[in-house]
Amino acid sequence: MNAAANLTEARLQPTAIDYAVYHSPATFNAEQENIFRGPTWCYLGLEAELPESGDFRSTHVGNTPVVVVQAADGTIHAWVNRCAHKGAIVCRSLRGNQADGAFVCVYHQWAYDATGALVGVPFRRGLKGVGGYPDDFDPAQHSLERLRVETFSGMVFGTFSSTVAPLEEFLGPVMRKYISRVFQRPVKVLGYARQFMAGNWKLYSENSRDSYHGALLHLFYPTFGIYRQSQESAGELSETGFHNVFTVSKPRGDVDYESFGNEANREMQGAAKLQDERLLHFMPEIDDDIGLHIQSIFPSVVVQQIQNTLATRQIVPYGTDKTELIWTYFGYADDDEETTRHRLRNLNLVGPSGLISMEDGEAVELCQQGTIGAEGKHSFVEMGGDDVRPYYAPMGMDENSVRGFWKGYLGLMGSALAEITAEGRA
Amino acid sequence: MSESIQNAQRAIDDFNAAYGLCLDDDRLEQWPELFVESCLYQIISRENVSNGLPAAVMYCDSRAMLIDRVVALRKANVFPEHFNRHLIGRAVITGFEGDEVSAEASYVVFQTRNDGETRIYNAGKYVDRFDLGGGTIRLNCRSCIYDTLRIATLLATPI
Repeated sequence: MNAAANLTEARLQPTAIDYAVYHSPATFNAEQENIFRGPTWCYLGLEAELPESGDFRSTHVGNTPVVVVQAADGTIHAWVNRCAHKGAIVCRSLRGNQADGAFVCVYHQWAYDATGALVGVPFRRGLKGVGGYPDDFDPAQHSLERLRVETFSGMVFGTFSSTVAPLEEFLGPVMRKYISRVFQRPVKVLGYARQFMAGNWKLYSENSRDSYHGALLHLFYPTFGIYRQSQESAGELSETGFHNVFTVSKPRGDVDYESFGNEANREMQGAAKLQDERLLHFMPEIDDDIGLHIQSIFPSVVVQQIQNTLATRQIVPYGTDKTELIWTYFGYADDDEETTRHRLRNLNLVGPSGLISMEDGEAVELCQQGTIGAEGKHSFVEMGGDDVRPYYAPMGMDENSVRGFWKGYLGLMGSALAEITAEGRA
Repeated sequence: MSESIQNAQRAIDDFNAAYGLCLDDDRLEQWPELFVESCLYQIISRENVSNGLPAAVMYCDSRAMLIDRVVALRKANVFPEHFNRHLIGRAVITGFEGDEVSAEASYVVFQTRNDGETRIYNAGKYVDRFDLGGGTIRLNCRSCIYDTLRIATLLATPI
């Protein structure tokens, strides 16, 4: 029996998701169509990665290879990295600068400009009157497939959809407010890390929205005696439910983390002491008390500020059990050397080796491995209720935002999943 | 080749062999002792180094921070059970300055998890500065510059 056969509608609720959705190839393919190439905006990168005309970056929207590039007039364009002739990859580098603005496929040297327009075809009229294309060959009909591109606060997004609302509307006021918080002033990229998980992209999307696991899976803070019940946390969702932001704040007016180290801390058994506390040093640099800000923008990016680390995490789904997480670390353009060094030290907390984040990679793989052969069985997502609320502040002990993700997901996938189910039964 | 260079070559190759076995034999508590107190240890992608970008996945600019890493790994972090196996090539000495010797060496780390398969987990090179003063050899600085852009699952144990 194939995986889809057991995908039942009763097992597709925000509180109960059939484990088949992590394993079914049909579901994966439908997600590419309905979500990543559907009415959503997918993260393409940062404007700070494309500072000069001709700068480009190869990326993906879902599993589709896409190039984002700054054209000579300063506008940003994105196109599918697939030659209109034979489907070959046109741009073979991860990043660079194409000073003359021409992207040439190596196979037959079809050339495209930064906007994706076909600008050159060798031997278009043949050779010595033999071969070539007919007179009515129209290069304009053979451009690269283009995406709509919009930016917000320095983040670049693209979409295949001609009907999706403008980016700002797609994000909504709450998400925009928090993105602007992190991108409060110009940023500079500090580097990348790529983490490959043998798990489904949705397991990571749930993970980044799941405030329940924080202090339970990630034991670094409690191990070193750092667990502050006095910290305030809050979760906010977009109106659609599928974006969320989770923040943890220090008590107001408290500038130094250590000064409230004595207040209501729960020391774990056998607590160790950090030998070098610079690792955890926090320099408030945004005009609020937020020390942790994790924001998941459906479907493919997480924006974070944790201590003084700033990053985007782009989710690239290559297959049902193949997901890459591309961490782009940044600081502010006006950071001095000491501030940059401090960020590098703080970065020990996050990323694939992050002292408070590495476990997420393991959690995703454990869920993937544990749900093999479990089609027709389902998860249980009822921590903190069975509804989706726009705001909650219960110390994070709530799966509200995970339910929000599934609500949005099912809204986009509902009929496709029903078809997969029907086909499976047929 | 002068005698001092030959001595340094032998000392560094011996050191690297012992360094790899220290990690692979799970004697992690001894690992920070291979560094001077005000050391720099980092694991950084070749992608970042090539592009002049400083962000590392592990960045410890004191021996104390190495100790914190080991304590976290033992007590806090959750990761797949695994064995690592370092193969470290012969070092190439790139500079001499007093007691400090610069050197580079290629490495490969194989990883075996509970499924029993051994995979190439991380390949790259060490870019090092050794302190050979006082009759001992320790690392002032070790940058593990990895080619393997994709880190499989996560990176817990030092390279």
